[in-house]
Amino acid sequence: MAIAILIAALAGATLALFFQPRWWFPDAISAHAKDYDAQLLFTLWVVGSIFVLAQGLLVWVIFRYRDRGQAPSVNCGSTKLELLWTSVTAVVFLALAFAGQGIWAGVHLKNSDPSALRVEVMAKQFAWSYRYSGADGAFGRVDIRQIDDAGGNPFGIDSKDPKGADDLTAPILRVPAGRPVELLLKSRDVIHNFFVRELRLKQDVVPGMTIPLHFTADKPGAYEVPCSELCGLGHHQMRSALVVMAPDAFEDWLLEARQKVVLP
Amino acid sequence: MRIFSTDHKVIGKQYIGLALFSVLFGMVLSLIMRFHLVHPDTKVKLFGLLWPDGAPGGQMTPELYLSLMTMHGTIMVFFVLTTAPQSGFGNYFLPLQIGAHDMAFPVLNMLSFWTTALSLLTLLAALIVEGGAPLSGWTAYPPLSGLGKITGPGQGLGQDLWILSIALFCVASLMAAINFIVTVIELRAPDMGYFDMPLTCWGWFVTALISLFAFAVLLAGGILLMLDRNAGTSFFIPGGLIVNDQIQTRSGGSPVLFQHLFWFFGHPEVYIAILPGMGLISTILSVFSGKKVFGYKAMAIALLAIGGLGFVVWGHHMFISGMSPYSSIAFSVLTLAVGVPSAVKTFNWLATLWGGRLRFTAAMHFALGFVSLFITGGITGLILGQPGLDIYFHDTYFVVAHFHLIMGVAAIFAIFAGLHYWFPKMYGRFLHEGLGKLHFYLTFVGVYAVFVPLHFAGFVGNPRRFPDFKEYEFLKSVMPLHIGVTHAAYFLAAAQLIFLFNYFWSQRRGAVAPTNPWGATTREWRDD
Repeated sequence: MAIAILIAALAGATLALFFQPRWWFPDAISAHAKDYDAQLLFTLWVVGSIFVLAQGLLVWVIFRYRDRGQAPSVNCGSTKLELLWTSVTAVVFLALAFAGQGIWAGVHLKNSDPSALRVEVMAKQFAWSYRYSGADGAFGRVDIRQIDDAGGNPFGIDSKDPKGADDLTAPILRVPAGRPVELLLKSRDVIHNFFVRELRLKQDVVPGMTIPLHFTADKPGAYEVPCSELCGLGHHQMRSALVVMAPDAFEDWLLEARQKVVLP
Repeated sequence: MRIFSTDHKVIGKQYIGLALFSVLFGMVLSLIMRFHLVHPDTKVKLFGLLWPDGAPGGQMTPELYLSLMTMHGTIMVFFVLTTAPQSGFGNYFLPLQIGAHDMAFPVLNMLSFWTTALSLLTLLAALIVEGGAPLSGWTAYPPLSGLGKITGPGQGLGQDLWILSIALFCVASLMAAINFIVTVIELRAPDMGYFDMPLTCWGWFVTALISLFAFAVLLAGGILLMLDRNAGTSFFIPGGLIVNDQIQTRSGGSPVLFQHLFWFFGHPEVYIAILPGMGLISTILSVFSGKKVFGYKAMAIALLAIGGLGFVVWGHHMFISGMSPYSSIAFSVLTLAVGVPSAVKTFNWLATLWGGRLRFTAAMHFALGFVSLFITGGITGLILGQPGLDIYFHDTYFVVAHFHLIMGVAAIFAIFAGLHYWFPKMYGRFLHEGLGKLHFYLTFVGVYAVFVPLHFAGFVGNPRRFPDFKEYEFLKSVMPLHIGVTHAAYFLAAAQLIFLFNYFWSQRRGAVAPTNPWGATTREWRDD
């Protein structure tokens, strides 16, 4: 008896926490993030219903069949019931699996827009760098032997390649609102992870690979970027920021920043 | 009782003893971690004494926190969840339940245990060597784990010892798996067909089959990682790396390959931890409902289905790893499919209780608690199994909450249920029922209070494996939540003292038990 009440109370408290507004997602700042929230809410309602049904049944059978001297039933199986609950759960679970593919496809199966602003991201223990191409629209060649963090060349832009002369590197990711952006994620040592909560995007950054990730942020503001794959003793301090700017402000910043580029 | 014994009962108790030591050790580590998360700047003299390098002046460094986290995960997964339900209970009760005199290979059985013990000692040694234990987590992803000291303290000798320990554990588990499989196939009583075995035996049998395939692959992965670290190979190390400003000369390897090998083991490992518990819970619910298990055959088939499907879902740990996004779709569908037999088991448990006459013994309390926790912990798999939704939650506290509930706490509730149920057989005395129920109530409230709130830290996007949350503006909001969880963890740990007292006190002073105290029908209660 007491256990039935306790299970009901704990399940009820668990459920109630889902209706508190304090520990929840930050506001969505892209169309994908809004789609994500819709799919999550839908899933939460399905999952929540199953939770209530299953815990409720458990509480009810404990209460109903507590020892009151009754003779236990001898019923020990039913093929019909087995088939029923197997097929119903299979349909519900697989329907969830298929319903969830839309947001995945939007991020990973769809190519980025050809007009996207391309930015290279370089992760290392324990810092992020971003590279924008110059007016020529092309990234210069890199040579790891020329990597020089202190000298402002974390990518190792090759001084012999004229295309790289106007490349801009920055410690913060600035992007214009409303324009598609494609990141090219690279790491030079261990695995890191690029995570922007407000975009509902997270991607491992794996050494030896260049992993593309695209988004269109539509709300100006500054958003924190925490490294989200254990990368060593400074993992929790490997912090960067995504700054979404009004398009004009972004163009002004880019123009000004490019003028300061010193040839490596 | 001989220390080097080939008797399956002695070996079973030895495994349970090893798991008990390990679970206490692992729990203390988790308390230290919980303390540090909410008091990151507090100097603790004891830490300074224990770890002069890791906590100079008592101030814990991030690397010490991460190394304790690595040890907590490794100890709990391998030396508690893998050993107690399978090797502990399985060794003791499988032969008794199928009418065999002992396991098929008693000497191999002894060797399995002592290899496991050696493996644990090797792991613990990592705590005291130079640089300390590795900080790469129980998943040990390269390149962080593959390049030696250059990637951080603990990544030198500590990481080598960690890999050696895991390799030894794999060997021990492979020997045990062969022993279990042969015992079930060859030593069943002549009148016992496969579908006459108790579901506990089905649990151990399927777990042994899983272990055989899973640990073989983890062993291979461990050997390759060891070679990368010490023999200059490059299975997992790609070219063009600059670590700590030094250019690395190796090339050609793939960090993602290690993850495939690791999770090919790692996901079935979840079932290695939980399947014996599932079998045991089926038995306990049936005995204390006064009914046969509902849908026995469906339950046995569900165990097989979980074991089989469990081998084709590992990719759901890797949705964001950079592997082909198309494979995520297949892994996602298969992952939700493996939820179906788990749901079928839950339905059958409820149907077993339905129409019964429930006797609320301490063992029954833990079994009912298991079902509740299995639902709460399992159901979030429907969220994480969708790659699109996993994107946000991956590597946040939401995942921590999910796997602690389903794999950790549910499995541990099964162990508690099993100890209460089988204690009379193992020691001829009962565990104290009143203390057992008190322990249950406090523990049940405690685990809900610790792990349910952590889901909401995940909703905020709180990454796991952070030694403190000071660096980020957005994590300020979760601090009150973490403070609450830490207090709940102290409460939960304190409640375990009741169990410890009960466990040791009852061995000598508990009420003397008759031969078949619960009115069960399985064979272990018949003999003697």
